[in-house]
Amino acid sequence: MNRQATNLERNITLTVNGERVTRSVAARMHLVDFLRETLGLTGSHLGCEHGVCGACTIRVDGLTVRGCLMLAVQADGATVETIEGLTDSSKAADLQEEFLNRNALQCGYCTPGMLMTAVELLDRNAKPTREEIRDAISGNYCRCTGYHAIVDAIETVAKSRSSKKGTAS
Amino acid sequence: MYNFNYHRPKDLAAAAALLQANENAKLMAGGQTLIPTLKQRLASPSDLIDLSDVDGLSGIERKGKHVQIGAMVTHAEVAASAVVRRAIPSLAELAEGIGDPAVRHRGTIGGSVANNDPAADYPAAVLALGASIFTNKREISADDFFKGLFETALEPDEIVTSVCFPVPVKAAYMKFPNPASRYALAGVFVAKRAKDVRVAVTGAGESGVFRVPAMERALDKKFAAKSIESIKVGEEGLVSDLHAQADYRAHLIGVMARRAVEAALKAT
Repeated sequence: MNRQATNLERNITLTVNGERVTRSVAARMHLVDFLRETLGLTGSHLGCEHGVCGACTIRVDGLTVRGCLMLAVQADGATVETIEGLTDSSKAADLQEEFLNRNALQCGYCTPGMLMTAVELLDRNAKPTREEIRDAISGNYCRCTGYHAIVDAIETVAKSRSSKKGTAS
Repeated sequence: MYNFNYHRPKDLAAAAALLQANENAKLMAGGQTLIPTLKQRLASPSDLIDLSDVDGLSGIERKGKHVQIGAMVTHAEVAASAVVRRAIPSLAELAEGIGDPAVRHRGTIGGSVANNDPAADYPAAVLALGASIFTNKREISADDFFKGLFETALEPDEIVTSVCFPVPVKAAYMKFPNPASRYALAGVFVAKRAKDVRVAVTGAGESGVFRVPAMERALDKKFAAKSIESIKVGEEGLVSDLHAQADYRAHLIGVMARRAVEAALKAT
């Protein structure tokens, strides 16, 4: 084989939950494997690993992405946020509490991805309709709840956030 | 997924050189189709050329009677673009209906047209609006670009740089999505242009996107849903799979086409 200099491995530097990390990774390693196995951040789950189930949803440069449909090498220079960072920042505390109150999770496997999507939805649209909520979470599969409780939880948080804002101003 | 050499060139010339130097190299835009394909070992390129740092592939620009969209522009960017919303709202709506938010944040217009998935949404818009695909070598008209299932006119070392859409008089896209994947079981883009009407169907054809001349002629005479009420699309050449049989898809094409005409009339 007359192959050129190999690029099978690469050094990447990225910011994960506010911390700068540099590691050498195989080109084929996807981002969630990197987060889970190299960095030990096991909050992002892997369900299908084919971009269907949404359990691996994380934020890259502020936008939700499928962590299994992105290579770790593609995240070189990026800012990544996982459920661990989101929890530490308390940005999703009300959503997490409402998920608990409403039984919006049973096994909990989809919950980290579901929360990442819900946080982004409410950042962009403070008062989503139930239909808009369903549309936003259409890429996050839950095999336990039947979704109603999840939609209820997100809707309740949207309403309580809006009413808090209303009284504060 | 087998390992590969990963490259992230900064400009088009470097990307083209890498493509030429490695016979089994593949380009990667958003990777939303390519990465699953690699995982299933349906492709095992020696080299992967990531286009995300290549200059000149981003941005959306109104140029007179056209809207030019860079190949690496994501579906979310098209959906949110004020320029596209104003000039071709149907195109922004189409982009907003692709997959789900996470896929729209990564998937690109250039990747979508180059892949030419028979159930992808963009090919319907490109063909119905009569867009041009610009590459590092030439300009290719939509009519010459799509060549069948996952096949395009692109040469092995050719790179899509942008897609340029003429602004239509009226247009709309209606699809019947698979409720899980949001891919089109049948999607119809209807465009009333300055001199003619074009109707393009995605999701239903065994050879990918196609036009429906009978509907185009009828809509040319009178742009109304009623004009195409009696036009039946034959089952021949339509996909039958576990999601829908060919006769059902044929029926859906008629329904989606009429809804698209009605939506186009309402939009103006």
